[in-house]
Amino acid sequence: MNARAVEPRAAMLFSSFVALIFQVVPLPAGLSIVRPAFLVIVVLYWSISAPRAGGLFFPFLCGLALDVFQGAVLGEHGLALVTVAFLAIRFHLLIRNKPLFEQALIAFAALAFYEFIVWCIDGFSGHTLNAGLRWLHPITGGLLWPVVSGVLARTHRPR
Amino acid sequence: MFGGTGRAVQSRVAATGLSFTFYATLAVILMFLDQRGHWLDYARYGLSAAAYPVQLAVNSPSAAWHWLRGIAATRATLQQENSALRAENRALELRTLRIEALESENAKLRALAAALPDVAQKWLPAEVLNVELSTLRQRVVINKGASSGVFKGQAVLASGGLMGQVMRTGPWSSEVILITDPEHAVPVQVLRSGLRTIAVGQGNSGVMTLPYLPVNSDIKVDDLLVTSGLGGVFPAGYPVARVTDVGRDPGQPLAQVHAQPLAAIDRDREVSLVWFMPGHPAAPAPLEEVAPPPGLASAPQAVPTEPK
Repeated sequence: MNARAVEPRAAMLFSSFVALIFQVVPLPAGLSIVRPAFLVIVVLYWSISAPRAGGLFFPFLCGLALDVFQGAVLGEHGLALVTVAFLAIRFHLLIRNKPLFEQALIAFAALAFYEFIVWCIDGFSGHTLNAGLRWLHPITGGLLWPVVSGVLARTHRPR
Repeated sequence: MFGGTGRAVQSRVAATGLSFTFYATLAVILMFLDQRGHWLDYARYGLSAAAYPVQLAVNSPSAAWHWLRGIAATRATLQQENSALRAENRALELRTLRIEALESENAKLRALAAALPDVAQKWLPAEVLNVELSTLRQRVVINKGASSGVFKGQAVLASGGLMGQVMRTGPWSSEVILITDPEHAVPVQVLRSGLRTIAVGQGNSGVMTLPYLPVNSDIKVDDLLVTSGLGGVFPAGYPVARVTDVGRDPGQPLAQVHAQPLAAIDRDREVSLVWFMPGHPAAPAPLEEVAPPPGLASAPQAVPTEPK
């Protein structure tokens, strides 16, 4: 095994656990509307920078954890997260070489697409859709992308 | 997974299309089983047990803060609180005396031989865990679950009034849907006029709406709304909300009525789970008579709102 092939699995698991906690920590009502989807951003980062470490099994597991914690239909966030991670893995070489600003835009688009899938499933499963505020968090998520990727890039050897 | 050559990378990337199909199908099957058949209730039960330690960990800073404040409370504040509680207790006792008289009078009026006991049979205090579920839903997690006998559809009361109902139980925790959740509806009655209607949540902890009242209905600001006992979940006569504004637009067939919940929904940490006496006149009607058979019952709310 050469040094290049070491997969940052420990960092991946630990950062996702921290992100999950950030996602369920209570915030004041005004702030919780703009709370970025931390776990989705972290999964997106690892799908782009270490696509072979977790494959699609890891995003699926994270999605199930989100379903359990948020009381959603089992598999709802799983499907959304697997879809976004699949696209990220498909184009990881392309995205990895973009400047940070463009990466943040891509992260925004990915988060919006993720929210779109969740919104569709909410609609199919008969939940109410009247909240327009749900489309706010991709913006804060995109703004947070440079920070998250900067922090996570220090935990492993970037390729 | 340790492929250093280009060929290995190629084959790995090509495989993700297949594994994507696999996981996506798996997710769709899971959703179908969870939503339609309720075949995953046992899996849910186990998963919520696994989630409980994390929820406790997230709750621990605020729990520690409350504990510290309890320790740091001075003798003076405790004495003050104690005397305030004693005064409140005396007032309540006096009122209970009156209530007992009224109850027996009521029983006589109803031509019943003996005074009826209270509809609530058993109380279980529970604490709200400081854990956030989905942002746009009004739901909370409490620290009592199926091991304490909590069941799905159980009424949850807070100090001011009705708070919600149990939606999902785990072994040590359960999820409560609040009356202010947009997917929750409570059958209510205006105490002054006896008018029956349905109060629907808005996704905002301070507001409920009464969307099904005609413009000419007898409702005023400051009217008290109590549970009507229809719907099979909540017993009759528990306070729910107070009407805050009534909008009557002559061009509209329905009035726009808003009410404020009486329970301090976003502030109360202590709630009570209640068991009601079956067969009591004020008890909720047995579910079998109201709801479809258990296999088909999908919505946990008292009156299912139609999906929009």
